[in-house]
Amino acid sequence: MTVRTVLQATDMQRALTRIAHEILESNRGVQDLVLLGIPTRGVTLAHRLADILSTIVPGTRVPVGSLDVTMYRDDLDQQPTRTTSPTDVPVSLDGATVVLVDDVLYSGRTVRAALDALTDLGRPNIVRLAVLADRGHRELPIRADFVGKNLPSAHDERINVHLVEHDGVDLVEIDSGE
Amino acid sequence: MKNLLSTRDLTRDQAITLLDIAEDMADVNEREVKKLPALRGKTIVNLFFEDSTRTRISFEAAEKRLSADVINFAAKGSSVSKGESLKDTVQTLAAMGIDGVVIRHGASGAPFVLAHSDWIDVPVINAGDGTNEHPTQALLDAFTMRRRIHGPASRGKDLSGVKVTIVGDILHSRVARSNVWLLNTLGAQVQLVAPPTLMPSAIAGWPVEFAYDLDIALASFKPDVVMMLRIQTERMKAAYFPHEREYANQWGLTATRFAALPTQTLVMHPGPMNRGLEISSVAADSPQSTVLEQVANGVSVRMAALYMVLTGQGEVTDVH
Repeated sequence: MTVRTVLQATDMQRALTRIAHEILESNRGVQDLVLLGIPTRGVTLAHRLADILSTIVPGTRVPVGSLDVTMYRDDLDQQPTRTTSPTDVPVSLDGATVVLVDDVLYSGRTVRAALDALTDLGRPNIVRLAVLADRGHRELPIRADFVGKNLPSAHDERINVHLVEHDGVDLVEIDSGE
Repeated sequence: MKNLLSTRDLTRDQAITLLDIAEDMADVNEREVKKLPALRGKTIVNLFFEDSTRTRISFEAAEKRLSADVINFAAKGSSVSKGESLKDTVQTLAAMGIDGVVIRHGASGAPFVLAHSDWIDVPVINAGDGTNEHPTQALLDAFTMRRRIHGPASRGKDLSGVKVTIVGDILHSRVARSNVWLLNTLGAQVQLVAPPTLMPSAIAGWPVEFAYDLDIALASFKPDVVMMLRIQTERMKAAYFPHEREYANQWGLTATRFAALPTQTLVMHPGPMNRGLEISSVAADSPQSTVLEQVANGVSVRMAALYMVLTGQGEVTDVH
């Protein structure tokens, strides 16, 4: 089993800081901005991005929520029953600029589900997508607006994202199986 | 989870997963758009051989909120009244292409027979069978207790240390049976109180305490929850107590008895209530009463049960 570390804690911090700046640049500030993380690690990353945004633009606090997409997935019959996670949207999404946050972008099916879930919650003006790692292999016409790192990988490899809040360490690694 | 037939089959982890999913469903039920696409394209039959308003409507709401197509079947006015058997009824429906059955039947064990027959090959949810079980009612009761006791921090928690007294017609009550098994699995302590004529003879083998005198029972057990059962006049084929007034005085939650309870004690009732018989209006309409919450929570819990039974590969195909 070979495991390669592709992002260390400092790399991750740098990538998130860059994403935060890019979000501010494209949105021209923090107005109407809402960060919605996709559970579990997307929510943690959304909170981190909000913290960074607060240090870049002092005195502001971008609302952070979580958006569970389980019930919107298209593979519910192909997997063992998935448990759900809380959806928590702290502000109205009508007219907002929503940035969806997830750890890894792969087939694009989770993001597809997230877009459907968003439709049931309100009508944002703009929806963008931020991911820590983009590993390719898209199955749907979806791309990320903000990417921490592009990680070209094979189908049979696994991308493991470790975050201090869940795993005690900040690390992204590629596990190429046996 | 292939079927939901009995709370006896549920492990602690399964029960808590179901209650946690129900928490997320409860959030959906507070939204403007109360709909999820999880069961889109699936057809569910509500097969009701016994009268029911709230359970059937609750299941129907849950099914529709998960985007399933719903067929309601009531035995009255159907070919069942012409003598068609359960097997033929079910096979007829199966031939039309269905993905799940919610069944209520007057005969204890009917859902079990259906689930373990080769008549149909779809998941079965028990919506109440005879005097045996009513698992979704027990799950919504546990959900209601957990929410009142733990509040927003309910997810992942069981009911350890919670004391529940169930009062009334235990003998005929599928609600009591399902609650006994589930509450026991979730770590709660259960006390059953009934007139000796309405206490099952097998009670000694159940994981509960039991008593016949309600006042002594409440004073000694000090319950966190008092659950009053409905006196089921339709199942009272013999004289189990001399007079309704006597029953109300001895085993009802009268205004006096209610006033003697600590103000944080929850009062539950599965409905429909016989006001003035097993429960007084003072108790039923008090802030301690969870009667309407139980109804609202019923939809969330049934959404969780339907989701767990009707989605997921490997478990759903695991038949026979």
